[in-house]
Amino acid sequence: MAVVVNQELCKGCKICVKNCPFQAIDFDETTRKATINEKCTACSVCISKCPFKAISKDETDEVDLSAYKHIWVFAEQRDGELMGVAKELIACGRRLSRDISPETKCYALLVGNHLDALGQEAIEWGADGSILIESPLLEHFNTDGYTKVICDAIKEYKPEIILYGATHIGRDLAPRVAGRSNVGLTADCTGLEVDLEKYKAYCAKETTLDLSTLEGEDPNDKCIKQTRPAFGGNLMATIVSKKTRPQMSTVRPGVMSKQERVPGAKGEIIKVTPKLEESDIRTKIIKIVKEAKEMVSLTDAKIICSGGRGLGGPEGFKLIQEFADKVGGVVGSSRACVDAGWIGHEHQVGQTGTTVKPDIYFACGISGAIQHQAGMKNSKIIVAINKDPDAPIFGIADYGIVGDLYKVVPMIIEEWDNFSTAL
Amino acid sequence: MNFQLSKEQEKVRELVRKFALAEVEPIAADIDKEHRFPKENVEKMAKLGMMGIPFPTEYGGAGSDHISYAITVEELSRVCASTGVIVSAHTSLCCWPIFNYGTDEQKAKYLPDLLSGRKLGAFGLTEPNAGTDASGQQTKAVDMGDHWLLNGAKVFITNGGYADTFVVFAMTDKSKGNHGITAFIVEKGFKGFSIGKTEDKLGIHASSTTELIFEDCIVPKENLLGEVGQGFKIAMSTLDGGRIGIASQALGIAQGALDVTVDYMKSRKQFGKSLNKFQALAFEVAEMKTRIEAARLLVYSAAFKKDMHMPYSVDAAMAKYYAAETAMYVTTKAVQLHGGYGYTTDYPVERMMRDAKITEIYEGTTEVQKMVISGAVFK
Amino acid sequence: MRIIVCAKQVPDTSEVKIDPKTNRIIRDGVPSILNPDDANALEEALLLKDKDPETVVTVVSMGPPQAKDMLIECLAMGADECYLLSDRAVGGSDTWATSNAITALIEKIGPFDMIFAGRQAIDGDTAQVGPQIAEKMHLPQVTYVQKFEISEDKKTVTVQRQLEDGYEVIEVHTPCMLTCIKELNNPRYMTVSGIVKACKADAPIYVKSAKDVECDLTKVGLEASPTVVFRSFTPAPKAPGQIIQGEDERTQSKNLLAKLKEKHAI
Repeated sequence: MAVVVNQELCKGCKICVKNCPFQAIDFDETTRKATINEKCTACSVCISKCPFKAISKDETDEVDLSAYKHIWVFAEQRDGELMGVAKELIACGRRLSRDISPETKCYALLVGNHLDALGQEAIEWGADGSILIESPLLEHFNTDGYTKVICDAIKEYKPEIILYGATHIGRDLAPRVAGRSNVGLTADCTGLEVDLEKYKAYCAKETTLDLSTLEGEDPNDKCIKQTRPAFGGNLMATIVSKKTRPQMSTVRPGVMSKQERVPGAKGEIIKVTPKLEESDIRTKIIKIVKEAKEMVSLTDAKIICSGGRGLGGPEGFKLIQEFADKVGGVVGSSRACVDAGWIGHEHQVGQTGTTVKPDIYFACGISGAIQHQAGMKNSKIIVAINKDPDAPIFGIADYGIVGDLYKVVPMIIEEWDNFSTAL
Repeated sequence: MNFQLSKEQEKVRELVRKFALAEVEPIAADIDKEHRFPKENVEKMAKLGMMGIPFPTEYGGAGSDHISYAITVEELSRVCASTGVIVSAHTSLCCWPIFNYGTDEQKAKYLPDLLSGRKLGAFGLTEPNAGTDASGQQTKAVDMGDHWLLNGAKVFITNGGYADTFVVFAMTDKSKGNHGITAFIVEKGFKGFSIGKTEDKLGIHASSTTELIFEDCIVPKENLLGEVGQGFKIAMSTLDGGRIGIASQALGIAQGALDVTVDYMKSRKQFGKSLNKFQALAFEVAEMKTRIEAARLLVYSAAFKKDMHMPYSVDAAMAKYYAAETAMYVTTKAVQLHGGYGYTTDYPVERMMRDAKITEIYEGTTEVQKMVISGAVFK
Repeated sequence: MRIIVCAKQVPDTSEVKIDPKTNRIIRDGVPSILNPDDANALEEALLLKDKDPETVVTVVSMGPPQAKDMLIECLAMGADECYLLSDRAVGGSDTWATSNAITALIEKIGPFDMIFAGRQAIDGDTAQVGPQIAEKMHLPQVTYVQKFEISEDKKTVTVQRQLEDGYEVIEVHTPCMLTCIKELNNPRYMTVSGIVKACKADAPIYVKSAKDVECDLTKVGLEASPTVVFRSFTPAPKAPGQIIQGEDERTQSKNLLAKLKEKHAI
């Protein structure tokens, strides 16, 4: 599906060159014509921008893909427990299935051993049915075994879409299945829509996309529009796999919301007998070790809970530590507390301490002097809790709570589990 | 005319910058505060080949050139001027004269250890009463038949406390003036050779600056460097090269100060806008930036001429004079632009300003450089 | 022993910025670097070479001719030779098509004992190419490798595969594909002498075309790629900071956590 410039229609206005997000259009100053180069990703921005309709997509014949029906969610389980992301994706898959057509169903695909209870549980989380592939060889995840049985099931049942959690297992398995099935796979999606209007609504809320560029799209095309970040989140792209089925995506835990569990919900259970032999599995699990994550350094921390002069004394760091323990974060500090001897220098964030870039930085009782800001201003999300509404920290915070940290932080700790996403 | 660095030189910059940011910058403030010689980083630099950059591989050098060497000192000095001068003094003042004037035996004996960084080098010329006037050497060397006997003292010797190999100058015949000076290779541990007091300095705190003391120091005959009476020439030609190193150090200090100042000005707000939005302040940065680029061209041009075996003595003098003055100018402005914060040790610019000053003094003061330059003009 | 290392040249995404006026990504002046996870992959291969100097470390990559720059870095770190598949025919490949192209390249190079790849590249973050090369080459794979050991006879590899809540110890036979993460090792620096050698005109960096490696042109490049970019754009700009309201601390906390949840931050 290459994008081409009709050289006769091209008037040499260069509008396409300016608008191409990929620098994929060359301009020949002598002939004054634009041509598409190899950087083109067929994103179609230029097609909508060209005032002379000189650019078009060379649509090739598409295979009839109507044999592929229904949505599967790889319902990842570990040690007989359904992963949180599986519950989230079941809800997501259910929503998408209804957007495709009333007849489309969402199935939980369970691979493992002794899966009856999990099959039922998946239905209670919203799946229309569960497909169980059971074998002692599938007890623990292994790439070869899981890939083989899933690919076999795909051939037999022909699902239209498969969603996987972007866990360490999903990201190992999904590319392998996509590779063997010769289909497209989109990693770490943050938005999934099949319906064009819903896609537009999503884009309007989350992105800078000019919605008028979507006007030519077919509203009946229910291909899955998979939106994902790239370039470290600086750029986003919506990916489609129009030519191949099933369409596959992985989604990070916590991105989608699960729905209320309905105990006793009824659904279809399909048992698939895997054709699998021990020799098919070329890796051997020697042991599985569970371990609490080691205390990470400030530099690597995803969440930092930092305390400042507003703590009032060294004992304040007990609360900050409790906060950090709850959220799986690391304790940081402003320089004032380090100089006062309330906490060690290794916790200091700022110009003379460590420079940090966590996903969330909680600044508790920190006024936000420029030296402190120098060390944390590049955090993805900054949350400030301070009594003083004029504290400079509120100037760079994404979210602020004006109040007594000794009252606010304990509440956040109490409420945390009601909001945070387990894997 | 081609102002583009070669791929090799670009990659050397990439390597040294990466190393400097990861290993040198994090400790720069601490070693300054503690006056601590960064032995661990010298060992790391040795492993990466940074202690013998412009020398051939047959002696254990990296086989690169003087532009790569200048870039190395520049990039190190950008975050820590002390670390920069350790490499500069070792490379230019010790390795080079041995490489250029040493016998095959001396080169085979000393260069592999020096160029691989297993051993560190230093240079002993300055004396309490012989600074800019190097001809006033009071250290004496007497030919004892089967060895030389050295007596006297050297001061302000960079790397003094940590060096293993020293190129030392002494008077062998006072009646001949400059032509009575002779160079020697002295090893740590030679009988009668000791390290005196360590200087307490305004800047480059992490560089070891010491006295060298010779009391009936026995130097074997084969450690005579060059010929008897050739010492002054060796010293002067060595310093020509050394000036490229110090000019690079000054350039690095200035660039480092500019970098942190630009960052600071973007984030510091006064009167409701960031400092870079005040044109008077932004113009200061334009001045700093332009001077730095001018200094860089002088430094690389001198290094280029040295690589091409063209005369470069005046170029090195101009590079050192101008880069040193630029370092002082830029760092002083950098402190000013940081305001009160710049005067504190929270920000690195006060250290850079203290470090910059020495570049106008050692390996030939600014006045000496002007003597060289004007001397060439009116030749 | 011959080890293949898959490496990619990527823009340093930590340096990528958005033009606040046009909302476009600013690529000018963004340095290109050796993908961080790939540096771990190369380091692990070089550690094996340190122990056994007979080991040949071959780096393979695909990209524009400028990617040679990154391969110079690999040589200067200690790799023995580098192959770059550079051809317009493979341009625009998605992960599936890329794995077909790189598989063709590796097959052309000849037999090997192991492939190390980075888990994922920081420009796309897909983590798909490693497993898909393994699939195309019918190799067993272990992803997220954080610790590596090899048996005396070099036939069996024992690795730790990182999981979210611990790790698995996995045994696998060579040849195999291992994808590496930063916990595995600390990549070495280039050396100055390594740079000098790697920059020489006769340095062992071989640029190959699609024809050279005889890849099936119906399975590589933009047209063959099953995934297509439908639209691309920048995320909505960061909203100005907001003060979270609420009648008491509990409500404020709940409102805050709801916001964080909405942003997928927790």
